[in-house]
Amino acid sequence: MREILDDIDRWRTAGKQVAVARVINIEGSGPRDPGAAMAVNEDGEVAGSVSGGCVEGAVVSEALAIIHDGGPGKMVSFGYSDDEAFAVGLTCGGIIRLYIERLDW
Amino acid sequence: MSLYEQFRAHVRAQTPVALATVVEGPGVGAKLMVTRIDGAEEVSGSLGHPDLNRVVARDTAGELEAGRTGVRHYGPEGQATPEDLVDTPTVVVFIESFSPPPQMWIFGAVDFTAALGRVAKVLGYRVTVCDAREIFATKRRFPMADEVMVTWPTPMFESRGHTLGPRDAVCILTHDPKFDVPAVQGALATNVGYIGVMGSRKTHAKRLERLAEVGVSSPEQLSRLMSPIGLDLGGRTPEETAIAICAEIIARRTGHTATSLKLTSGSIHS
Repeated sequence: MREILDDIDRWRTAGKQVAVARVINIEGSGPRDPGAAMAVNEDGEVAGSVSGGCVEGAVVSEALAIIHDGGPGKMVSFGYSDDEAFAVGLTCGGIIRLYIERLDW
Repeated sequence: MSLYEQFRAHVRAQTPVALATVVEGPGVGAKLMVTRIDGAEEVSGSLGHPDLNRVVARDTAGELEAGRTGVRHYGPEGQATPEDLVDTPTVVVFIESFSPPPQMWIFGAVDFTAALGRVAKVLGYRVTVCDAREIFATKRRFPMADEVMVTWPTPMFESRGHTLGPRDAVCILTHDPKFDVPAVQGALATNVGYIGVMGSRKTHAKRLERLAEVGVSSPEQLSRLMSPIGLDLGGRTPEETAIAICAEIIARRTGHTATSLKLTSGSIHS
């Protein structure tokens, strides 16, 4: 999360709402370790990454939904197959579990 | 100041800090933060029950000490044993440790130092360049370094050697026995995870003789020295050498073989 603090600051200073997704655990093989974090602002701008490209698009949709609904944080899981991983040049496949919440604490 | 603002201040100040977040179960989103300032732990935030706070703060402090990140399960009142958890909802807590960045100390203000410093910064190290020669050890020559110290190895290790740990690296690029013998001695007296020493095989052999003269000769001590430094990538430029050194540091930390994946089998990320 260290590497996304500057972007989060910039967005918050500009009055943007922000959600943060963090990798909680990984089954099988994954390119990022637990704690890898990605922030999304209300305009859909992104900082950081949670998987090396496999699931970031889906995370943005979930993050925007949480920002707009205003609900509590939640766990989401993504399975990413070897085929999907191959498409972004990674030799990985597995299940990645993320916790996504609004940055309102 | 909000909890997030406190957390951000600690991360920026490189104070060790760990954040515990309820990610599933009752109280999802609740947070507890543990910091260690001058050896004393400070706890802020709450997970909603004093006993849960006490137990999670204890575990979080332990994870922070070890620099670990992971998931723990509790009952809503801090129950932690499997028997106690049978008839209660489970509070799933994600504990994330933020430790200061690892350190790389580079001895010798030479061309290889600038290249190694740049690659080390890419990998997230806090880089310190150290050389006794004032005209070479300048911030101007090593703008990527977090600090440039004009000093000899012995005082450097005496004053700050205790801050080096398993995640840290000492790279000795001096080629000068006056400098690299005390640097090796100093590094061996610490818990630093990686000690690399540059030089040809001939230089290495001579260095071993000089180290023996000052009493550094046990196989246990010498096995900690990566000398000649770096993986055998066949590179020649300072930049290629820097990659060979950093690749060796990563391989030593992970215990992997540093062979092309094409030639090995099994899981890649395990």
